[in-house]
Amino acid sequence: MNLHLRPVAALLLAAAVTGGCATQQQPLPPAAAPSAETLDAMQRNGDVAAEVPAPREPAVPLSPLDDPGSPLYKKVVYFDYDTAEIRPEGAELLRTHAGYIYQTPSARVTLEGHTDERGTRDYNLALGERRADAVQRFLVAEGVPAERLSRLSYGEERPAEPGSSERAWSLNRRVELVY
Amino acid sequence: MQRPLSLTALLLAALLAWGSAGTAWAKLTIEITGGVEGAQPIAVVPFGNIDGAKPGVDIADVVAADLARSGKFKPMPRREMLMTPHREDDVDMREWQVLGMNSLVVGEVTPRATGGYDIRYALMDVFSGKTLLADTVTSTSKGLRNAAHRIADAIYADLTGEPGVFATRIAYVTSRGHKSRVALRVADADGFNAQTIVDSAEPIMSPAWSPDGRRLAYVSFEGRQSAIYMQDLGSGRRERIASYEGINGSPAFSPDGRRLAMTLSKDGNPDIYVLDLGTRQLTRLTDHYAIDTEPAWAPSGDHLVFTSDRGGKPQIYRVAPTGGMAQRVTFQGDYNAAAEYSPDGRSLVMVTREGGRFRVVMTDPQGGSRRYVSNGRLDESPSFAPNGNMIIYATQNNGRGVLAATPVSTGASHRLSRDAGEVREPAWSPLMRR
Repeated sequence: MNLHLRPVAALLLAAAVTGGCATQQQPLPPAAAPSAETLDAMQRNGDVAAEVPAPREPAVPLSPLDDPGSPLYKKVVYFDYDTAEIRPEGAELLRTHAGYIYQTPSARVTLEGHTDERGTRDYNLALGERRADAVQRFLVAEGVPAERLSRLSYGEERPAEPGSSERAWSLNRRVELVY
Repeated sequence: MQRPLSLTALLLAALLAWGSAGTAWAKLTIEITGGVEGAQPIAVVPFGNIDGAKPGVDIADVVAADLARSGKFKPMPRREMLMTPHREDDVDMREWQVLGMNSLVVGEVTPRATGGYDIRYALMDVFSGKTLLADTVTSTSKGLRNAAHRIADAIYADLTGEPGVFATRIAYVTSRGHKSRVALRVADADGFNAQTIVDSAEPIMSPAWSPDGRRLAYVSFEGRQSAIYMQDLGSGRRERIASYEGINGSPAFSPDGRRLAMTLSKDGNPDIYVLDLGTRQLTRLTDHYAIDTEPAWAPSGDHLVFTSDRGGKPQIYRVAPTGGMAQRVTFQGDYNAAAEYSPDGRSLVMVTREGGRFRVVMTDPQGGSRRYVSNGRLDESPSFAPNGNMIIYATQNNGRGVLAATPVSTGASHRLSRDAGEVREPAWSPLMRR
């Protein structure tokens, strides 16, 4: 988490570096329509506070995470409607991953929480975080150092399965372990 | 006069708009879907073109379409007009009385020597034959639709005594299909002139207008974490306002525009905070182990409402902008969320669940009487028009996300949709000062 600068500190730092421009403002290029990537890249230019996303861990050849025959190949736990309770099959999968993360010091995992589309979007964002929290607590209880784990809720914004069927909903209420 | 305008489109408006890098965020279409009980008959006669004017926009058509969408007026179809006067002096009022009109609009467009146009128009009362309103609006060639919306606003205000909202804008989030690019866009209230504010491969959420209509706050997940941004619509400049660990969500400008309420989970779980945009001081309003989110300001600024499941299920609570004890507002039902005040502060609109359906419901600020505004299964994100007469919300049509706007009093409702992909999270702008 050392990449996370507290915004106040970050602003002060940015002010010190850029000579007084305390806000992170950059004009748009006049011709191009603004894509988040452009805006983000401009923000990174000469702006210490903007966070560079950490590079994803390169896939190690023959990693069990990529081997369809390995129990670690599955990286998604599913939830019932409106709860963050971990089901027995989810607990089993998480124990397998806990063992792997514990034994693999380089492993860093983002726990991405998701919900189905029912309910309001911001409330679902909070529910997704609650699910990611539940998985984090479970893994920590299994011995995984908390600093190897981070949480990110997408709420209902990134369904795994489109549509409004019970099946789609059940596949969308999930936490994905992203190594 | 109970003939509905029917499910066939009365009005189809299409615009090809282009996002960045050649990305086409194609057509936004408006379709009038509801009936117009009690709507006033009005004739908006096609405007005359003087001195070879070729304005390229049918002003009368834009005005009539605006008035129809309000649900309060039923413009006469052109094919039923027997005469097409452009000036008050040329009007034979008996003809319009026979045709059953209450009001009549005539006008003409004249080119200006310096470019652009003068649009002279008059609103007349058919019974008395009196001119209620006569004015000349100047416009650039590109600004003709906006000029037409301002004329519609003036007519609406004169006939109803309330401000019109046709010259306002709507922000919304749109995406094309599954796992595709997402864009925050702003369009005129009739769906035209859509512009991309930002687009991304990662989710964008929760657009919120500043009270002066010049800035939008929104949530973007670029860089694989959520952050709240504030963007100036004129210059395109944007600023990252909050990017703490965890959730950075639900931005809401205070009525004075100086503070931004938001949801942050940096201290463990989602709570409501207020950031002073001047001093950058962050005040925590709630501190509870439950979910607290979706803050919305009362128009007076003296409290906020928010969603919390501290009682076990999501309900609406209120809290002072300085924090302190939160009071529960809603007690009916087991899911009430995303409340927003009407501009006059006399009503709340929110999402409620009943029988597995999520619908938009209106209630009083004490959470007492309830009235359903929408009739879908997955309706959400209600937002009041700045005159309080319409509510826009997100709904599903044939499995796709579309926007629907409906008058607070019953009448014509209409739908804004794209020919492909989703449209969601509408936010109606404040009245735009010129």
